[in-house]
Amino acid sequence: MTQILVIFLGAIFVNNFVLSRFLGICPFLGVSKKIETATGMGIAVTFVMTLASIMSYMVYEWILVPLQIEYLYTIAFILVIASLVQFVEMVIQKTSPTLYQALGVYLPLITTNCAVLGVAIINKNEGYNLIETIFNGLGGALGFTLSIILFAGIRERIEKNQIPLPFKGFPIALITAGLMAIAFLGFQGLL
Amino acid sequence: MNIIKERLKNGIITENATFVQVLGMCPTLAVTTSAKNGLGMGLAATAVLICSNVVISLVRKLIPSKIRIPAFIVIIATFVTLIEFLLEGYVPALYASLGLFIPLIVVNCIILGRAEAYASKNSVWASLFDGLGAGLGFTLSLTTIGIIRELLGTGKIFNRPIMPASFEPALIMIMAPGAFFTLGILMAILNKYRFRNAKN
Repeated sequence: MTQILVIFLGAIFVNNFVLSRFLGICPFLGVSKKIETATGMGIAVTFVMTLASIMSYMVYEWILVPLQIEYLYTIAFILVIASLVQFVEMVIQKTSPTLYQALGVYLPLITTNCAVLGVAIINKNEGYNLIETIFNGLGGALGFTLSIILFAGIRERIEKNQIPLPFKGFPIALITAGLMAIAFLGFQGLL
Repeated sequence: MNIIKERLKNGIITENATFVQVLGMCPTLAVTTSAKNGLGMGLAATAVLICSNVVISLVRKLIPSKIRIPAFIVIIATFVTLIEFLLEGYVPALYASLGLFIPLIVVNCIILGRAEAYASKNSVWASLFDGLGAGLGFTLSLTTIGIIRELLGTGKIFNRPIMPASFEPALIMIMAPGAFFTLGILMAILNKYRFRNAKN
């Protein structure tokens, strides 16, 4: 039980996917101009990342390991993720058109979000069991959501300020992210 | 000859993946803790880029356009797996320090971007140099960031001491925040240069 809590909190705060492991930087910088879109992206990623952790665990343990083709894990995982994203998109479209409208644009983008493939590979490398895998995936995704929403909040305020011309856009966003990363270093001693 | 020069210049300068297109940010920030890691990552990605560009250009007329993206990803993933084995076998130290980010070359947007934007529409020869150009541009940016971070964070470049003994290394530069700061400030400097040129 403690082990699971350590993995879960560790994934959210200490090894935050964006600010400490540098996974999922593209959506973090790309869709963080407004809090609403950032929240939508965060929810979509949480959903896909948790499912992808479970699916890739099953594919690895039940298909690749028995057949002794573990080395194909990169190809297997990316295919699992791509089809999962497609499947989730279809299911959401049928069951909840409102959610589909909210997530719509972000779903296809998640296939190339390295946080999703990253969490699957981390689970494999760490040798987590199914329960640990689920909590690592969920924790990592919540950490991503937390940081992208906080970041969007800061960026909304930056927009209203006077910024030296060369720093407009990406440079100031990167420096903001750097300051957030320093703040998250404070969680280092948590566990 | 012309096309070679043009593609190389395009990849390295005009459409530099890191500083102009802002693609492939995850490895750019994550592995540039030292010049050597940056160079290694850049070269690994270049190898994958060249191979995948050539193969995708070869089969571009056979792939139906509806399933082209999954097909590209499978081709890229195959080469990434190959590179992973080569690195593990020949440079185990580099393999260990790049770690997770070698399999993650699969989802590097630069590679899929070149496949979709160039290799799927152009000849094999031109695609080869397009891949080489984009790869070298990426390698150059990563090595530059790596050199700056290693110098400020440890006082060394390529593991050779450069700074005088009195230099106090700023550890933060080789930790996560340093990556964001270095890239942010480099981009701001480039922007300043670009704006000044635009005004003239």
